[in-house]
Amino acid sequence: MALDPVITVSGKGVFIPGADIDTDRIIPARFMKCVTFDGLGEFAFYDVRFDSETGEKTNHPLNDERFAEASVLIAGVNFGCGSSREHAPQSLKKYGFNAVIAESFAEIFYGNSTTLAMPCVMASAENIGRLREAVEAKPDTIITIDVENLKVSTCCDLEFSVSMPESAREALVSGRWDPIQELIDNDSAINDRAKALHYV
Amino acid sequence: MGKSLFQKVWDSHRVGTLGDGRTQLFIGTHLIHEVTSPQAFGMLRDLGLKVKFPQRTFATIDHIVPTINQDEPADPLAAEMIDAIRKNCDDFGVTYFDLKSGKQGIVHVVGPEQGITQPGTTIACGDSHTATHGAFGAIAFGIGTSQVRDVLATQTIALQEMKVRRIEVNGDLRPGVYAKDVILHIIRQLGANGGIGYAYEYAGDVFDRMSMEERMTVCNMSIEGGARCGYVNPDAKTIAYLQGRPYVDNDNFEETATRWLSFASDADAHFDDIVKINAADIEPTVTWGISPDAGIAITENIPDPLTAKSPEEKASIEEALAYMKLPAGAPIQGIKIDVAFLGSCTNGRISDFREVAKYIKGHKVAAGVKAIAVPGSQIVAIQCEQEGLPEIFREAGFEWRAAGCSMCLAMNPDKLIGDQLCASSSNRNFKGRQGSPTGRTVLMSPVMVAAAAIKGSITDARELFDLSETSAVA
Repeated sequence: MALDPVITVSGKGVFIPGADIDTDRIIPARFMKCVTFDGLGEFAFYDVRFDSETGEKTNHPLNDERFAEASVLIAGVNFGCGSSREHAPQSLKKYGFNAVIAESFAEIFYGNSTTLAMPCVMASAENIGRLREAVEAKPDTIITIDVENLKVSTCCDLEFSVSMPESAREALVSGRWDPIQELIDNDSAINDRAKALHYV
Repeated sequence: MGKSLFQKVWDSHRVGTLGDGRTQLFIGTHLIHEVTSPQAFGMLRDLGLKVKFPQRTFATIDHIVPTINQDEPADPLAAEMIDAIRKNCDDFGVTYFDLKSGKQGIVHVVGPEQGITQPGTTIACGDSHTATHGAFGAIAFGIGTSQVRDVLATQTIALQEMKVRRIEVNGDLRPGVYAKDVILHIIRQLGANGGIGYAYEYAGDVFDRMSMEERMTVCNMSIEGGARCGYVNPDAKTIAYLQGRPYVDNDNFEETATRWLSFASDADAHFDDIVKINAADIEPTVTWGISPDAGIAITENIPDPLTAKSPEEKASIEEALAYMKLPAGAPIQGIKIDVAFLGSCTNGRISDFREVAKYIKGHKVAAGVKAIAVPGSQIVAIQCEQEGLPEIFREAGFEWRAAGCSMCLAMNPDKLIGDQLCASSSNRNFKGRQGSPTGRTVLMSPVMVAAAAIKGSITDARELFDLSETSAVA
């Protein structure tokens, strides 16, 4: 099962402020009453995008027309903390995001995103700040994430290094981001391991 | 150099190294529930795959179960999820502890109670509170739905090896300080993201003395500190808890127990980091903000943005106080509550209800406060009934409910309304967590929840109840 390598990702960006943006914020639990992931896109960040009493749009960045075409999410520390729900990266992808640049990520969210071929790269607070200024000054700024060489650049002179675990980088650029086939291919080794475990 | 429990379990479950450098890790025990599994079974069907070891996956239903009448799904979507898990378990041959089984409950209560949770094993579940099972010396962690698919299809997942941080809490806990306070204190000290990349080994006098249920409360909230997994080394208490349980090899118990104990970290094990905490420094702890690391002692004041050490911290305190509608710099004691919630995979076990029942006799829930007590499983509910606990709770003004996740995450009818403030024994105080987009959560121990319910406001339980007799850890 050859998968498409993810070498670079480009798009316009939007900055979502705040530390510790949890997966309940990204997709509130009531929208997980579903047996497929279809249709989750419209509920991404729902409770901060809409006023709970009036139903009207808030001043959340995702409601700002200037960022309507954004496909790169820019955030602070510990993005995606909390619940293991894959519904969170699924909703971001279906909303239209193809990558996340943040100061740091929670681990389960990170793994879930990589498996969906949505690269998550880490940048310093200073560079996140510079990128934020760039997209807020000029929302049409195209951001390019070079996954292979771990660099982020914009059309307009901004360039900085980012980081990601080597295994995630390798998985994305070599088209191994969904490991299912490789796991299946090791069937005999799995059976050997199972035999060696007393409780299986 | 010896090995830690983490290293022993990791090494004994390693299948191989994948092309991207990650380990292919064998998952000996897989737990599933109705929220994060249906899509995984859908993927299996799309790929034409079977469940490789159906006897190693166990299912139950917890998140969406109504706690007033378990048999009446709240809406058609909930009914569809109930139908889906039934059909998926039937089609793929998976054991399912359903509502009629008498064994249904929150997945992290059911596993230990059935003896499915065992030392030296790997346990995965599509739920971030899976670290609960680490209380038994298992390496247990939450996974996403694509990984649920991977475990179903291959009994393995691709995983980066974690580092291990040993957290030692030595000395004596003060009266009125519970396991919940210990973990809230640890998270406060190390931060909500402090554990990223680590497994936490909880060690020292305090954890040695804790009951299995208290250890579960601590391990449960590892993820709230950023650590995907957390564990306590197995000992005589672990063995005693498991003996006789349905899924334990009781015919060869001595041999099994010896093997279990052999997984404990060696005295000269290597740890990537060691943190030491003095038990006497831990106070009854409550949260004031919108992240579980926003904890303060009950005797402390709510933080003031003016005293923040950085612009980021100031903005973070301001955001939290604006959402929580709490006054900067004021005492947390005396803040009015609307709802009191006792339950969840953190504090919904028999010992939690026994402990609270000891103190609420002769007290009444304050007027205007809705207080609910929700056992973590049908078995816990039966134990409570046998001990006459529901009457004690009802007499004090609590609603006594049936088993489920209830108001921890509000995927069922138990939800906050508007900006109600809830004193909660659960694990997360995120914005909107308890079902209302403006609902407010203050995390605390079950006895502190009971004290808040009775006073109608956040209260130091030590002033309301005589907690001087509580053992170091109760």
